[in-house]
Amino acid sequence: MTTANQQPTLSVLGASKRFAGVIALNDVSIDLWPGEVHALVGENGAGKSTLIKLITGVYQLDEGEVRYQGEVAHFRSPRDAQLAGIQTIYQEVHLAPQLSVARNVFLGREPHRWGSIDLRRMNRESAEILARYGIVADVKRPLGELGLGVQQMVAVARAVSADAGVVIMDEPTSSLEPREVDKLLNVVGLLKEQGVAIVYVSHKLDEIFRACDKVTVLRDGKLVSTGPVAELNRLQLISRMLGRDASDLETSRTQFGRDSEIAAEEPVLVVKDLARRLVLDDISLVVRPGEVVGLAGLLGSGRSETAKAIFGAMPLDAGSVTMNGHTYARNTPASRIHSGVALLPEDRKVEGIIPGMSIKDNIALASLDQLSRAGFVSRKKQDEIVDIFMKRLRIKASGPDQKVQELSGGNQQKVLLARLLCLNPKVLLLDEPTRGIDVGAKAEVQALVAELAAKGMGVVLISSELEEVVEGSDTVLVLRDGAALGSLFGDEISEDAIMTMIAGAAADESEAAH
Amino acid sequence: MTAVTPGEVTSRIRAPRITADWVRDKGVYIALVLLIVFNVLFTPHFNEFSNVQLIMRQVAAVLIVSLGMLMVIGTGGIDLSVGATMAIAGSVLGLAVSDGAAVSGGLGLDLTLSIILAILAGLLVGLFNGFVVGVLGVQPLVATLSLLVAGRGLALVLTSGGLVQLFIPGLNKLSVNNLWGLPYVIVIALVLVAIVAVLVRRTTFGYRLVAIGGNRRASVLAGLPVRRTIITVYALSGALAAIAGIIATARTHAADPSYLGLGYELNAITAVVVGGSALAGGKVRVLGTVAGAVLMQVLTSTLAAHNYKDSQTEIVQAAIIIAAVYIQRSSRSSE
Amino acid sequence: MTATPGAVHVATDETGVTAGAARAKAFASLVSRSGAVAVLVVLLIIGAIFDKGFIHLDNLRNIALSASYIGLITAGMTFVIISGGIDLSVGSVFALGVLTSAFMSEYGSFWTIVVTLACCAAAGLLQGAIIAWLRLPPFIVTFAGLTAARGLVYYMTQEGNLVPKVPGHKSFETLGQGTLFTIGWPVWICLIVFAVGWWLLNRTAFGQAVQTVGGNDTAAELMGLPVKRVKVLVYVISGLCAGLAGILLTASSGGGNEARVGDQYELTAIAAVVIGGTLLSGGVGSMVGSLAGITLWFVIDNLVTQGLQFNPQDELVVSGGFLLVVVVLQTLLSRRAATVEVH
Repeated sequence: MTTANQQPTLSVLGASKRFAGVIALNDVSIDLWPGEVHALVGENGAGKSTLIKLITGVYQLDEGEVRYQGEVAHFRSPRDAQLAGIQTIYQEVHLAPQLSVARNVFLGREPHRWGSIDLRRMNRESAEILARYGIVADVKRPLGELGLGVQQMVAVARAVSADAGVVIMDEPTSSLEPREVDKLLNVVGLLKEQGVAIVYVSHKLDEIFRACDKVTVLRDGKLVSTGPVAELNRLQLISRMLGRDASDLETSRTQFGRDSEIAAEEPVLVVKDLARRLVLDDISLVVRPGEVVGLAGLLGSGRSETAKAIFGAMPLDAGSVTMNGHTYARNTPASRIHSGVALLPEDRKVEGIIPGMSIKDNIALASLDQLSRAGFVSRKKQDEIVDIFMKRLRIKASGPDQKVQELSGGNQQKVLLARLLCLNPKVLLLDEPTRGIDVGAKAEVQALVAELAAKGMGVVLISSELEEVVEGSDTVLVLRDGAALGSLFGDEISEDAIMTMIAGAAADESEAAH
Repeated sequence: MTAVTPGEVTSRIRAPRITADWVRDKGVYIALVLLIVFNVLFTPHFNEFSNVQLIMRQVAAVLIVSLGMLMVIGTGGIDLSVGATMAIAGSVLGLAVSDGAAVSGGLGLDLTLSIILAILAGLLVGLFNGFVVGVLGVQPLVATLSLLVAGRGLALVLTSGGLVQLFIPGLNKLSVNNLWGLPYVIVIALVLVAIVAVLVRRTTFGYRLVAIGGNRRASVLAGLPVRRTIITVYALSGALAAIAGIIATARTHAADPSYLGLGYELNAITAVVVGGSALAGGKVRVLGTVAGAVLMQVLTSTLAAHNYKDSQTEIVQAAIIIAAVYIQRSSRSSE
Repeated sequence: MTATPGAVHVATDETGVTAGAARAKAFASLVSRSGAVAVLVVLLIIGAIFDKGFIHLDNLRNIALSASYIGLITAGMTFVIISGGIDLSVGSVFALGVLTSAFMSEYGSFWTIVVTLACCAAAGLLQGAIIAWLRLPPFIVTFAGLTAARGLVYYMTQEGNLVPKVPGHKSFETLGQGTLFTIGWPVWICLIVFAVGWWLLNRTAFGQAVQTVGGNDTAAELMGLPVKRVKVLVYVISGLCAGLAGILLTASSGGGNEARVGDQYELTAIAAVVIGGTLLSGGVGSMVGSLAGITLWFVIDNLVTQGLQFNPQDELVVSGGFLLVVVVLQTLLSRRAATVEVH
């Protein structure tokens, strides 16, 4: 190890990447040393996946360079990077589920004998490789018939069985059971001993503190800090991820003084014991008219999943959602909308806008029934309501007929908000309402949410920015690993209190694990 | 941005974009106009009204089928069974209107009633497709492929494999008579174009259809009745194919289940794609589809008039299809 | 699918799957892999018992011979569909093969085979290149290919007026008319192609890549597989198979095929592949299934028209209905397997 320590296996120097004018990564540099586990953390949109894709040849750099084993590397495709010895394990298992485990382990570099794949050798060797890392699986079975945890471990085995110089793991434990996590971390330990440089992307604090040597924090495409894990405590790491320096933690506070008024109201939405294996663990919450319930937690804590579950957009193992005293048997978005719930989805492009449609059609989409008579949409009614909301939300566009795909992120988000407000909902579920939009639009959206709540709408607010949750919520439910850690009310709400709660639970758990 | 005046910015950034969009948006109309101009100038007898009437008669059936196909493709689906549905409608019409003495199983019904029955048969086929695709979740391509095979068989079974000669005065009128110089069949087609245009642009159904094709996941989350919309789209496609089947039957004076509507599914898909609608769904252009259908028909007539052989026409058609999809594709990726 | 409150704590086996999910998946894959073979066996038995004419060796021989041409096309189509594509052009390319070989036959067997295969492979190569490099949808590209290749065939035959005959080349005609153990050469060649196809798919790196690309081409790209090359090659294989089928038809019939030969063969081939358990969405499929699928298609035809003395049109209804039942079952089974699974 001493000789290897003379130069980093891989260095990224001043890397920048833009997509359609938006800066995804801005002048980021990191060094990966042999035998070192380097944690890469940050919220969605922080630039983690862009950085990884630049290293693995999926994207090409706009500026900066990647040096691999001392030389400037130009990986034009993932194939190039893999041939050079950079292996990646993606969060979603990117393997061939219909092929056997052994075939997956050797995919793309099958051993041959007399022109045919040497099945016997492949099965034997893959069983050996898996056994070496403590994975028990029938190598002849199709991969897809195994559990996700095992599939993930097979992906790991595939990556490490090639002679890798760098192994990148992108949230490798997100679908693993606790004991499988232990196995994975053992594999990480073995790789470390072999002198492999490991990039470990995760938002799970105990894993970072257990397995990693260094940690790099990214936020909004920029490098926030990089350094040894040992020099940080949990609270400091959380505050760097969520965008606050530990020093000015105390400043922000909830601005609403209406807590007692709200508490007197009957709940409009009651959610009980939502559960789904490995995703949500008995989540319950209550929303009263005029109340903003914030869901706080790190990425992967079950924030978005809770919103989707309430909205009927995700199958559940158990749990009930009650609106105004009615529990609905049908769990579909359509029936939820009918009962007065509306969801602003997390991923605007994939789940929200209809890109090729005009602004006015996008806005009217969910409330067509109210805007039409005998199936014919009233242009007049539609124009009126679109005009009202375009003005009220100050949507900047060349006109209501402009296509939504041509708008900026902030204006697209406003179009989606307008779509929901047309429904006149009683409860609004807002999943990351201000992500990826500019500062001005952000302030407008936040003010709108406060205004809606003041008029009696119940709101569930999800944000990866702690400040937004703290300032905007009357009640905060703190989540971690799909379970509720506790609630904070009124004056108790502060960034400090939330982060302490998350960190505390993490500490408890890792102690319990030992 | 600070260094240049706004005028320069527009000219530098806008100019190429407008051309790409313009070609994609107006491509089919430009091609059609050019082709017509060419014909007017160089093709003998092209601008005689009888020739125009002939082209109208030839294009009507394909145009009507294309309208249904357009809506199906708009939702991101495809309907390969339209040709077979035409054959079924022809057979039903033939059986219903023929005398029991002349054709075994003939019902000897009134022509109007027979036509209604034939359209209902098409609607039924469409509903079945919609059920298999929308409710059972089978991929549109295979679901409608199996009906392409079975449907033609069904049409043959109905007429016991034979051809039913139909010399019905009413049907003959349908195919040869004109209204103010326009053939009846093109009048019917244009009325249907207007109806479909209104459906797509003015009704909740039309808004939903486009939204589902544009982003299915978002449509579900916006609470749209996705299944119902998909079933309706296929049902309409079946009914429109049936109308086309009736027109084609009238034109040939016979319900010929072996050949009626053969290959129409591909002609309809061509008209839709050449007309500028996206094969992946979410972009529905009614007028473009009309232009697409007319373009392909005029192209065939033109090449025939200039002594090009059918085989050469087919090769040109193939090239046009690829070009149309490529123009779509390249401008979409530039966005 | 059932949402029981206790489902969160369902016991998992060693590999971390719920027992129900594993069973459902295993069942679904068993049905789609072996369903066609099982139905074929049942039909053969029924045919043997109830239809005296069916089991007669001449009858079986004829079924095999008539199935072998589309059978070859089906073998190529299997590769295309497993890779996630579709090839509508095979009927026309087959016709191209039939007529090219008929025209070429006067120059001897060797040149006939080489030139015909080269033409058909080129047709596949062109389409594959457009699909892989220009990234246009396979459906529309091969539809254009269908139109263009048919146009070419009509052009070659002067709008279908030329019907070329093979000028009695002994060796070339043996290819189509000769027999081995009383079974015609085309049948043997078809079986050999299926065997080679099976080997390619299951025992070579190329086959692994085809399956992976069909399952998820982003994943294949990220795993460093040559996605574009694989996509081009499957269409070349499909073109080659269609061309070979064309050569065999010319050889066995001694020419005399009209330009419209092979019309709508693509539909039968696609149907056979789907019946054989290959998913149209790509990734999953088998050569054995396709072989069973195409055999099944012709056995049903024979039983319905010969055995039951039905009219040919009834056969279409039965075949189409059968295809529908198969795809509905496949969809429902795979959906069930997906919902039972925890994620």
